[in-house]
Amino acid sequence: MKNILKFIFFVTVLTTTGFGSIASEQSQKLLNPGWSFKGFFGKFDRSSLQRGYQVYTEVCAACHSMKYLSYRNLAQQGGPEFSEDQAKIIASQFEVIDGPNSEGDMFTRPARLSDNFVGPYANDEAAKSANGGAYPPDMSVLVKARKGGASYIYSILLGYDDPPPDVSLEDGVYYNTYMSENKIKMPKPLSENLVQYSDGTQATEEQMAKDVSTFLAWAAEPNLEQRHKMGFRAVLYLIIITILVYFSMKKIWSRIETDV
Amino acid sequence: MSDHDYTPKSKFGKWFNDRLPLLTLRSHLTDYPTPKNLNYWWTFGGILTFCLIAQIITGIVLSMHYIAHADLAFASVEHIMRNVNYGWLIRYFHANGSSMFFLAVYIHIFRSMYYGSHKSPREVIWIIGMIIYFIMIMTAFMGYVLPWGQMSFWAATVITNLFSAVPLIGESITNWLWGGFAIGSPTLTRFYALHYLFPFLILGLVILHIWALHVPGNNNPIGIDVKQPSKDTVPFHPYIVIKDLFALLVFLLLFVFIVFYSPNLFGHPDNYIEANPLVTPTHIVPEWYLLPFYAILRSIPDKLLGVVAMLASIFVLVILPWLDTSKVRSAIFRPLYKQFFWFLIADVIILGYMGALPPEGTYLLVARVATGYYFVHFLIILPVLGYKEKTLDVPLSITEPVLEGSTNQSLGERANQ
Repeated sequence: MKNILKFIFFVTVLTTTGFGSIASEQSQKLLNPGWSFKGFFGKFDRSSLQRGYQVYTEVCAACHSMKYLSYRNLAQQGGPEFSEDQAKIIASQFEVIDGPNSEGDMFTRPARLSDNFVGPYANDEAAKSANGGAYPPDMSVLVKARKGGASYIYSILLGYDDPPPDVSLEDGVYYNTYMSENKIKMPKPLSENLVQYSDGTQATEEQMAKDVSTFLAWAAEPNLEQRHKMGFRAVLYLIIITILVYFSMKKIWSRIETDV
Repeated sequence: MSDHDYTPKSKFGKWFNDRLPLLTLRSHLTDYPTPKNLNYWWTFGGILTFCLIAQIITGIVLSMHYIAHADLAFASVEHIMRNVNYGWLIRYFHANGSSMFFLAVYIHIFRSMYYGSHKSPREVIWIIGMIIYFIMIMTAFMGYVLPWGQMSFWAATVITNLFSAVPLIGESITNWLWGGFAIGSPTLTRFYALHYLFPFLILGLVILHIWALHVPGNNNPIGIDVKQPSKDTVPFHPYIVIKDLFALLVFLLLFVFIVFYSPNLFGHPDNYIEANPLVTPTHIVPEWYLLPFYAILRSIPDKLLGVVAMLASIFVLVILPWLDTSKVRSAIFRPLYKQFFWFLIADVIILGYMGALPPEGTYLLVARVATGYYFVHFLIILPVLGYKEKTLDVPLSITEPVLEGSTNQSLGERANQ
């Protein structure tokens, strides 16, 4: 048993030290409003996800695509859990190019549940030219692609500020406390009451930032709830079987004098 | 193996066994006499076998959905994560599996060094093990490239560019590796093919590794030969099987915990950004298990010599059985070696740290000193220590200390180091 404790100690030291060193690069401490999806039993806040989708689609989607999600995901378990009919209605508001039809022509039709999210630009080059050369990143896995995850997105959204007097910014560049070198090419996206929440929630900047960050966290990790649930069962099962095997081992080794 | 007497009981069994002695092999494996004083550090062989098989199985399933093409690879990984049933689980198992595999292999290697398992008559086991380790590194590196994220792409760029350090033909080699004049689909496709092939090479080598082990038998914490098989050993089944199983379950607990609760712990966030040849990440870092080598590579100012030093750091391990000149195997009876062993561990951890940090100023200096010490340990300290060190009295047999309980005592002693 002593060896196992030592082993666990060894692993902990290795992982914490190894990753502590990399994590320490982060200079500015990120804002954290308290995420419901962290921890062993972490789950997404359903209404926050639905509000977050609203913020995404009304604000972010003007520039940011989300190409790896499809409309059916909106109705899927563990997500915003819109009803299937609601998701169909949402999808039908977007136009996709399909074809060719029997005459060989391409045509547009309303999106279906099976279609991927329709992006704001025809291609990356169009996205760049419309945004002063800065490419608005696809948001499907953005939370996993940034150190700090949802807290990072949240902080960026709330981190806009007037530049200090000694900092001069070029045109189209904005000051953000949490961005590396404090420079960001995205204009401040949120302002008080920018969206009208249907559930009566006050659309403060913090609320919108929290909702949309939650939504993006789900988008990056749509199976998180299933993962947490399964993980708990797997760990529990392993603990039980480990204990059983431990006593079997003790029993078998008791046939000889050596300790195990 | 040849001295093993076994006759199957059934008539068919005998008929079959005369033609293909699989039953003899099974009987050999179950009866295989194992020193009874093995501690838990010896369970990592079994754990590693599990890791290899788990990687192969999850890898085969992933390969059914993955597309090795520069334009499609990243999207196909997202497809696995989102649309394939339990694809996220399989991919997270496979991705974290590599980290767990390397964690186990490092413990296994350092255990060998501590207890002198690399020494006569087990040199061949050790060398096969080092070849396995080397192929593991290549497999892991190529696997890291497959998701085609930013780190994948730039790690591939850094590593393949190392070959350009070869005088005269360097550039031709690099282009040949790439399958073109830049990293792209041809590079990805060949990495994929080799990433699929190499694990089976490892599997074959693992069989040789175990075969070579079964000739002299296991080393043990005391590091002395088995004197009386009836007293000093236990049959592999059930004693070692159940112990290995227990250790594997504890290991799996950690493994499963990471997979379900922190699946991106070992990954770099940049690898969720699709590869872009026009944007270089601020820091290009390999996975944690290759950081010490990366530190050695960067601590040498000359590119070619850096590559040579990096390869040499693995090569000194291959010839370790002849660098370590001491006749006594186990560090338990080598007070000085024991200290130098822990210095080496600290040195490698420091190198790992430095591999993750930018190579400038103090970091670079520390990395250089640590690199120097790494080679000094193997090329100077170990050979000299074998002649100079005053070793402690070695027990006469395995049974003697086991009965007096001194094995546990010496283990406790090590924990206090």
